[in-house]
Amino acid sequence: MSATEPIVTTGVPIPRRTVGRYLIPLGTSAVIALFAFALVDWIAIEYAYLATYTILQYVVLATAWNIFGGYAGYVNFGVAGFFALGVYASVVNYKTLQLPLPAVIVIAGVIAGIVGLGMGYLTLRLRGVFFSIATLAFSVVLNTIFINWHFVGGARGVSVLRPDAPTFFGTYPRYLFAVMLSLAIAAVLIARAVEYSWLGRGLAAIRDDEVAAECSGVPALRLKLLATTISGALMGMAGAPFPYYITYVDPASAFSLTIAVNTVAMPVIGGMTTWIGPVIGAVLLGTLQQVTTVTISSVLSLMLVGVLLVVFVALAPRGIVGVVKTLRERWA
Amino acid sequence: MSEAPALNAPILRATQVTKRFGGFTAVDALDFTLGQRERVGLIGPNGSGKSTFVNALTGVFGIDQGSVEFNGTDITRLPAWRRARLGLARSFQIPRPFKGQSVRENIEVPLMFAVGHTNPDQVEAEAEAILAQIGLGARRKANPKSLTQVELRKLELGRALAAKPRVLIADESMAGLSDTEVDEVLEVLLKLNAGGISIVLIEHIMRAVVRFSQRIVVLVAGKKIADGDPHEVMSQPEVERAYLGQ
Repeated sequence: MSATEPIVTTGVPIPRRTVGRYLIPLGTSAVIALFAFALVDWIAIEYAYLATYTILQYVVLATAWNIFGGYAGYVNFGVAGFFALGVYASVVNYKTLQLPLPAVIVIAGVIAGIVGLGMGYLTLRLRGVFFSIATLAFSVVLNTIFINWHFVGGARGVSVLRPDAPTFFGTYPRYLFAVMLSLAIAAVLIARAVEYSWLGRGLAAIRDDEVAAECSGVPALRLKLLATTISGALMGMAGAPFPYYITYVDPASAFSLTIAVNTVAMPVIGGMTTWIGPVIGAVLLGTLQQVTTVTISSVLSLMLVGVLLVVFVALAPRGIVGVVKTLRERWA
Repeated sequence: MSEAPALNAPILRATQVTKRFGGFTAVDALDFTLGQRERVGLIGPNGSGKSTFVNALTGVFGIDQGSVEFNGTDITRLPAWRRARLGLARSFQIPRPFKGQSVRENIEVPLMFAVGHTNPDQVEAEAEAILAQIGLGARRKANPKSLTQVELRKLELGRALAAKPRVLIADESMAGLSDTEVDEVLEVLLKLNAGGISIVLIEHIMRAVVRFSQRIVVLVAGKKIADGDPHEVMSQPEVERAYLGQ
């Protein structure tokens, strides 16, 4: 090409794609859901439902956190705050309207999503550790509000009686398990859709270099606000069934350090740049924690997460997914 | 100081642009114009305010005084992404690739966000076309971390090109390159200009600046000290004294 021959970038033919990449995840999710349900039903003890509920709750939380923390690289320490919003939305419903659980989950998602948008608007001009500290402060502020809100139990907490389960599910733990399984699948599908959409591409560019992304036309603030809204909404939705799981809600359980630490640790250990990382982290760590809680002690289970977190941050910052990718590249 | 008129109506005009960092004035009441399809070299010693001025033009920094117009529209208050969508693109002095994405994916980002393509197949195909034209087709799947200096510079230019700009600001696109590599990058820039893009070249390699530019603007300590024909500007005593240290 001569120096005077212009570079022109238009007029490129457009090949077609199938919709397979959208249908396959849906089909796979349905199969996994049926298999999980059948497996836990086969074990047929109440503890199996509750243990699996906890693991699935972490799948939702870790996946939700990763939509902003992993895809955009903004570390949000306000997890407990969003989760608690869902928890207390459910408590308020319990004491007033007594709407069915699916409706409460949607309401909790809307509330937490709006709060996520607001928090993002106030804090997203901050970057790095300053943003993280602001999110932690957000959680502390919410904690203080709920401690002093007597209608929802204040500092002493409130008991929640489980209603009758819908007929098809038999027992309430089985119903809770089914609800959280549905939420987990929805969260993973949303995270996957975000990752492969223009939103995910924009967030990935922001994670790599926000200034360069803006200069490439990426509206960074808007995308980040969208991500905090989706992430916050899902975390709130994960909190809504919690009162019926634990049956006694107080600020210590709703703003639990265990939930906050696990939710950040699981994507870090699983891998933060893709939807599967938080799922792997949540299933592995969640299962390990359940096993150690039953066989040794619950204190040890949290310590285990701490040790693994330090190991992965130091030795494999790209998480399990990153380790697998590196090994595959070496063997390829 | 000699003032040469733009070749035609300016597509980019900065008027009395001032940028301060605390008590330090990095750019001081700078006037600048860039004509349609014009090639302008912006030179000056280190710390003269060139990159700050580019950041002010592209919206990375807000400015303290003055205004910036793009194609007759006041863009002084617009964020960087809006300026990019209007057609004001830049490359960075130190390459800033999206390191978590492949070379082709880097090119796809502005195609999706600055140009607004929504069809992934179209994005992919256009990215491939751009990679072929800047000579990075064979490296499409590589991670930017594995690229050489010249490849990184080309990727910067490719990403700017993918935004389908009307104005490209190339900030030291040739720094650290060999003579042959400088010629390669110059070739790319000349092709872009021939395609209708106005270009501001910020560079320390005088051979490249003089060969490329139709007009040269010289900055010293945030102020413009010369603006005009490359050979005339370079022979001005104050430019020699300030820039070449003679």
